[in-house]
Amino acid sequence: MNTTASKIGFNSAIAGALLAIASSNTLADSGPSTATQQRGLEISITAKQRDIGWVDSTSDMLMTLRNKQGQESTRAIKIKSLELLDDGDKSLTIFNKPRDVKGTAFLSFSHPVGNDDQWLYLPALKRVKRISSRNKSGPFMGSEFAFEDLSSFEIEKYSYNFIGEEKLNNMETYMIEQFPVDENSGYTRRIVWLDKVEYRVQKIDFYDRKNALLKTLTYQDYKQYLNKFWRADHAQMINHQSGKSTELHWKNYAFETGLKDTDFNRNTLKRVR
Amino acid sequence: MGKFLTRLCVSILSFISIVAAFNIAANEFEVSGKVAIEQRYFPEIGQNNEQLSHRQSSVALEAEFFWGWNNGSDTLTFKPFYRFDEQDDERTHGDIRELSYIHASDDWEFRAGIRREFWGVTEFQHLVDVINQTDGVEDFDGEDKLGQLMVNFSIVKEWGIVDVFLLPGFRHREFTGQAGRLRAAFLVDDTNISYQSSAEQQHLDFALRWSHTLGDFDIGSYWFHGTNRDPYLTPTINTLVQGSEQFVLQQHYSQMDQFGVDVQATLADWLWKFEAIYRTDEFDDYWAMQGGFEYSFIGVFDSNADLGILLEYGWDSRGEGNIAATVQNDLFFGGRIAFNDMQSSEVLFGIGADLDHNAFSVLVEANRRFGENFKVNFDVRLFQSTDEKDALTTIKDDDHMQLSVEWYF
Repeated sequence: MNTTASKIGFNSAIAGALLAIASSNTLADSGPSTATQQRGLEISITAKQRDIGWVDSTSDMLMTLRNKQGQESTRAIKIKSLELLDDGDKSLTIFNKPRDVKGTAFLSFSHPVGNDDQWLYLPALKRVKRISSRNKSGPFMGSEFAFEDLSSFEIEKYSYNFIGEEKLNNMETYMIEQFPVDENSGYTRRIVWLDKVEYRVQKIDFYDRKNALLKTLTYQDYKQYLNKFWRADHAQMINHQSGKSTELHWKNYAFETGLKDTDFNRNTLKRVR
Repeated sequence: MGKFLTRLCVSILSFISIVAAFNIAANEFEVSGKVAIEQRYFPEIGQNNEQLSHRQSSVALEAEFFWGWNNGSDTLTFKPFYRFDEQDDERTHGDIRELSYIHASDDWEFRAGIRREFWGVTEFQHLVDVINQTDGVEDFDGEDKLGQLMVNFSIVKEWGIVDVFLLPGFRHREFTGQAGRLRAAFLVDDTNISYQSSAEQQHLDFALRWSHTLGDFDIGSYWFHGTNRDPYLTPTINTLVQGSEQFVLQQHYSQMDQFGVDVQATLADWLWKFEAIYRTDEFDDYWAMQGGFEYSFIGVFDSNADLGILLEYGWDSRGEGNIAATVQNDLFFGGRIAFNDMQSSEVLFGIGADLDHNAFSVLVEANRRFGENFKVNFDVRLFQSTDEKDALTTIKDDDHMQLSVEWYF
């Protein structure tokens, strides 16, 4: 519990620092005000805090890629994650489909600030390759999800602005604008809709580097686990510019499965299934 | 033939019964693999008239049987491989790529059986990769390896991973046969092989490796003691050939000690790579290194495509005069375009040039998935050499294209 408290404390400290930077910026332009920035940040911190303490989780993800002509392609992926309270999470991603990449596995040590550490295991060559994590904006396995869309949400990754409230799918929601801190991000900003009751992400609009609406992500069928953590069964990403879309279906969500730090290293990467 | 069929049937039946037995004990079982049809085309005829003229067709099968129990702590993997080549008898070959048991505990693993182990970071040459014998008939690029019998104990600590290997049962290299292309002028004799050790292929080899990640650096270092995987090839007269005397290359395997280091620094978009070995055996002791970088451009040409640029340099202290030192002062340049589309289309090209004399090679590889379970690869390889001393001279007329269609199950 101590570490949980320290993580929240850490986030608040960062938040203060971010706010200081943000407020000095607002003197120059007539953009977001300090008050709306503060509100956007506070709501985002609440959303993050509500999702702390899940310890570890495993799930199966089915990804369906669809192009403009309606042609489909599927990817089946297993994900194992370990929550770290004093750093970003550790995760293992195992590919099962398409068949030609079966056995390929990906190990990531994420960090709230700075580059993540990432390794890829290529089973045909029995080779573990350390890879560059600077590719945030590139597509994940040919899908409409960029690598940065699939990484865990960390307060330090964005600056914030509260832009209003809206009714979405019969739910009262907050609309928060998030500006990526990382210069390698493919976005100028995202607009996130969080429902007021449980602070779950319901929808995200992504704006490209030219600040044009690029994609919309929506989440459906949230289920609660361990009486606390909400996970969606289903999500859909639509690319407005290309007409392509990617659907995600999650199955077999499990928490507190007993995963340990020793389950996330180059040895486990080579044999994980 | 009848005897062979009986033996085959018995093997298949006993295999099926083993599978059945394991399935009862294991709570996880999976079968996967691929079947590949490959067609090569050589525009020019070979330097030897016994060599196949233009077309070479083959079919390959690789399967993987996997059993897991105790929640994945114990696993058994069986991976047989077979290729039938219509023209080259030697390239028609089978291998057990893997037949291994792994027990994994919290911070250690025990691995036993036939396995493959890859070490290294560079792309154009794999200097430090020393455990497995090269499958010299599968392809000429040395990327394919034969399964190696081993007992391996691996420990994971705060200060890195330590691997201890005991390697019984040495396997000699297989070489392209008489009808095959991409071979030396003389055939390599695979019957009359000599060894420095009186234990011959029964010599127990040993390796110890430490590897670790320190921030942006991935470091590995090892010591290997045992049979050199690279044979010394000596021209001799083969008296076994009926009627006439024929020159062949005789394989000789020395005992060696090798010390190796590999380092990769992952600094933002740059991957800096370095490998070096020091090898000493009965005839020689030398240093060799390979180093360079890989840089990635994300989202090039206003698209989703990524472009990776690679540059590597290889050096060998034995120098130009030594025929075994093929990469003694060589520069490599390459590019990789990943289109990041639904079909995972990819194009790779590489150029290798010998800076001491006129010899270079070019390769282009393109691949794309079709549907969910098919993959098509198209390769072009070109060789140029005017220098008798260069290893490429013997394959300078073996430029070829290769098309393969793989079906995954």
